[in-house]
Amino acid sequence: MVRYRFFGVVLLALCIGLVAILMISSSANTTSVGFAEGKRRLVDTLGLTDLALCSEARYTRNPSQADLFSAFQDFPGSIEHFPTGSLILPGPVGFSGTLQIVPATGEDF
Amino acid sequence: MQRPVNLLEFTLGSLWRRKYKHLALILVYALIVATLGSVLFLTTALKHEATVSLVDAPEIVVQRIVAGRHDLTPVSAAALIEKFPGVAAVTPRVWGYYYDSLIRANLTLIGLSGQHQHLDLLEGRLPEQATECAIGQGVAEAFGPGLGDLLVLENSAKQRAEYRITGLFRAESNLLTNDLVVMSDAAIRQFFSIADSLATDLAVRVRNPREIGTIAKKISYNLPRSRPITRDEIMHTYDTLFNWRSGMLLAVSVAALIAFCILAWDRATGLNAEEKREIGVLKAIGWETSDILGIKFWEGLVISVTAFLLGVIAAWLHVFVLGAPALTPLLKGWSVLFPEFRLTAVIDYYQLLVLAVLSIVPYLVCTLVPSWKAAVTDPEQILRGE
Repeated sequence: MVRYRFFGVVLLALCIGLVAILMISSSANTTSVGFAEGKRRLVDTLGLTDLALCSEARYTRNPSQADLFSAFQDFPGSIEHFPTGSLILPGPVGFSGTLQIVPATGEDF
Repeated sequence: MQRPVNLLEFTLGSLWRRKYKHLALILVYALIVATLGSVLFLTTALKHEATVSLVDAPEIVVQRIVAGRHDLTPVSAAALIEKFPGVAAVTPRVWGYYYDSLIRANLTLIGLSGQHQHLDLLEGRLPEQATECAIGQGVAEAFGPGLGDLLVLENSAKQRAEYRITGLFRAESNLLTNDLVVMSDAAIRQFFSIADSLATDLAVRVRNPREIGTIAKKISYNLPRSRPITRDEIMHTYDTLFNWRSGMLLAVSVAALIAFCILAWDRATGLNAEEKREIGVLKAIGWETSDILGIKFWEGLVISVTAFLLGVIAAWLHVFVLGAPALTPLLKGWSVLFPEFRLTAVIDYYQLLVLAVLSIVPYLVCTLVPSWKAAVTDPEQILRGE
């Protein structure tokens, strides 16, 4: 029964490890509330719309603000050449994604 | 109760006889689980970061699109949008990108108008005059200056522009501010030579969140060349970006899944001669088929559960303690300024359960099926090697 007990100890240690990371994750979520409040105020004050994760191309720096063709740069046949462009896909098409014919309003917009 | 314990004891003895092979198997298996787990933990944590931080982003950002490209927006459009019922305020935003040839990095320059209260995540204060700026940690590390020093940039006329650093964003906000240079609205206009009648885009604040969609449609209808981007779309963008089934994360996940399939396939395609002989001997000395399936079940369970637990713990340590060094180069690409971030250790229990089911159940099945085939065969046939 030595091996059985040894395996039991190893399994118990691993289970304790798993429970520990789950507990740390749960408490980290609670303690990060202070920073979250600070980040929300920062976003509100500066009017930020994106995370500053990748800064190599404008459409991966601000993926939510990029126009739909920016990944193709200067002409439609141009291939994507920034590494993160193949990892960060264009944002979903929203209110701007439909083609509409509307009467002119006279506004220069 | 004694029988399963005895079967487990026998299984552990059997595994221990080929300990190096099984230890190697557990390590490879754990590595695959750790790879998949790292992707899941990183994407969940980044998505959480975006969801928590960007919840106060402008309800609608209105861009002007000309010939399929983002163009400068007339400030006069703000007055039209402000008249829509439900709109609380429209703020013209002036911001842009700046490539610095000295540090060979792209910076994001943002204009700020009016007086603002102190920010917890800012050491110092926000700029109040056209000669002042606040910078992110990445900019400070790249250029070298600190609070009170001068930041020297080259403006659109290729002339030297100096800004006194009055604020330095704290490291906790790196994921939002790493490459930021915040200046006054007037300073940004002067720097990029943008006329007062134009802005980069318009930030629209809406009183009732339920009216955001309607107001966005109204903007789109009344200003046909505009592109309204709602906060829900921003959130949806990050939800899509950091979905483990998209982009890089799909590439990494697929590679790990293929490796796991090869591992499982190796088990499913059959037992080696030694394992078959062992089953044959056990059958010959009177073991039942159910006993043999019992030891194989324990064998599969011992290996897969140990590898799963090891893999999940390794993935957690990799992402939340070490900062995901194996995955961040994929996100970094050619970025010179890449934020050093400590992610909040958020775990999605549903994803953890899916990972457990995906990694334990197929391996158990792949272990049991060939063993069952061998166990129902005549022991004489197995021992003869037929």
